[in-house]
Amino acid sequence: MSTHAKDTLLVHALNVTKAFHGNEVLKGIDMDVSKGEVVCLLGPSGSGKTTFLRCINQLETIDGGRIWVDGDLIGFEDRGGTLHHLTDKAVAAQRRDIGMVFQRFNLFPHMTALENVMEAPVQVKGEKKKDVRERALALLKQVGLEDKPGAYPAQLSGGQQQRVAIARALAMRPKLMLFDEPTSALDPELVGEVLKVMRDLAKDGMTMIVVTHEMGFAREVADRVVFMDGGVVVEQGPPSEVISNPQHERTRSFLRRMRQEEEH
Amino acid sequence: MSEATQDRPGAIHARPVRHPWRWVAVAVIAVFVAMLVSSFVTNEKWNFPYALKIMNFNPVLEGLVKGTIVGTIGAMVLGVFLGVVIGIMRLSTNPVLRGVSFVYTWFFRAIPRIVLLGMLGTGLGFLYPALDIGPLPFSQQFAHWLGLSNDLTFFSLDVNQFSSTIMMGIIGLGLSEAAYMAEIARAGIQSVDKGQTEAAQALGMPAGKTMRRIVLPQAMRVIVPPTGNETIAMVKDTSLFIAIPINTELYYQATAVGTRTLQIMPSYVATTAWYLILCSVLMVGQYFLEKRFGRGFGASGPTQKTRMLSFKGGAGGA
Repeated sequence: MSTHAKDTLLVHALNVTKAFHGNEVLKGIDMDVSKGEVVCLLGPSGSGKTTFLRCINQLETIDGGRIWVDGDLIGFEDRGGTLHHLTDKAVAAQRRDIGMVFQRFNLFPHMTALENVMEAPVQVKGEKKKDVRERALALLKQVGLEDKPGAYPAQLSGGQQQRVAIARALAMRPKLMLFDEPTSALDPELVGEVLKVMRDLAKDGMTMIVVTHEMGFAREVADRVVFMDGGVVVEQGPPSEVISNPQHERTRSFLRRMRQEEEH
Repeated sequence: MSEATQDRPGAIHARPVRHPWRWVAVAVIAVFVAMLVSSFVTNEKWNFPYALKIMNFNPVLEGLVKGTIVGTIGAMVLGVFLGVVIGIMRLSTNPVLRGVSFVYTWFFRAIPRIVLLGMLGTGLGFLYPALDIGPLPFSQQFAHWLGLSNDLTFFSLDVNQFSSTIMMGIIGLGLSEAAYMAEIARAGIQSVDKGQTEAAQALGMPAGKTMRRIVLPQAMRVIVPPTGNETIAMVKDTSLFIAIPINTELYYQATAVGTRTLQIMPSYVATTAWYLILCSVLMVGQYFLEKRFGRGFGASGPTQKTRMLSFKGGAGGA
């Protein structure tokens, strides 16, 4: 982690806290992600990893601490020491540079795969339809769906839908991609095709934060693994250390359970 | 091979279950239908030929087109548009908008349409004979107070004259309809998975555009069927225009012919026939609208069953 210099920092989170109805889900998270780095968030369900991911693009508003993405304070403006909430418009502008892939895909069901990918660049950025169309077709090709531009999401398998969702996020040319358990809703035989797309993306130098239960993916692709439990970061480091030689008992028992599940 | 097919169960040629009571029901219904038809034919008081004549009288046709059809379309356009706006307001995070929407729905749902139309038609012209639109609210009062002549008015409308036009009927029924449409729109919007809004937000789409491009098109699937019902109800409620009073309208014109010619029953038959025709056309229209907004929730031309199955797959994201 320390090999990344300060000026290449893309995500900088300090003491992030978040509670839902008095139930504290994040209890002071610190996390730095450098440009081009792939970070996997691991941990049992309810550990706060998905919530933290959603805080980065303001699907949840944080209660305390600060998050910066590429130097911009997320969600607030600091005016002479006082924080002001950003307007909806400014929030939307910050989200444009951050791509997000959801566990349940959330493709727009009334649009074809191609229309899904083209929607944001055309409607949000106001780019020319013709240019976007070419780029969208190229992105569909990149995720291996060049033969499906006219298909509606309901006509695609889960794995295909998730790949369209990745292409849709990439169409905005994001600086950062957030993946929220992208393979958890998939049938086992469809997991591989989605992970392959993500692996290629990592190879191309995309900065990625991935909440996942795929230990194989984390071990192979992640530059760093962060293990969370009970709303705090328990330990982090290269996958070779955290997964193969965990220092904390909580990490060890979690990994043990994951291994048992994989064997079943 | 033939031995194997003898040992293993082959194609099934089973006898169907008998439904003797179905045939009993058919027989009973057939008797009733026969009685009805016989009455149509033998009872000359029905006077169908004259009913057909009334249907084609010019004032009746004029009332049908200029009153019933134009009134229905106008009131539904106003009602749907205003209703969607009020429905969205109801779901707003702004408490003022939520309150306004609630009071609007409460007020207009409580008032019978015939009372509302009577109040608008007669009362409005009585209370406000002229409607002046000036540059500022209360500009008339200010001008009076400052001793100026009221020449600030941009636009003036003679309300008494306006009151008896179809516009007043459209406004009255449209305002009432908006209260019902608001509830329908709200239910439709709430039926769309929250993940859809989140996906649009995550792409940096502003709230207004998310509503127009992502949420409303999907909400339409839920909104269209009850709106079809509302439209059919609206066709019939245009017969209340007489409370305004507007008499260029199907029911009034047809029964007026009936009263004049003492052919009351044929005039009702003529009215009924026209309403049946209008509603049949609307049902066909609704079918195509539902197909249009069901896009992406099933392949083209599916049966109801496959449609529901693929809908499950799409929304559940399985």
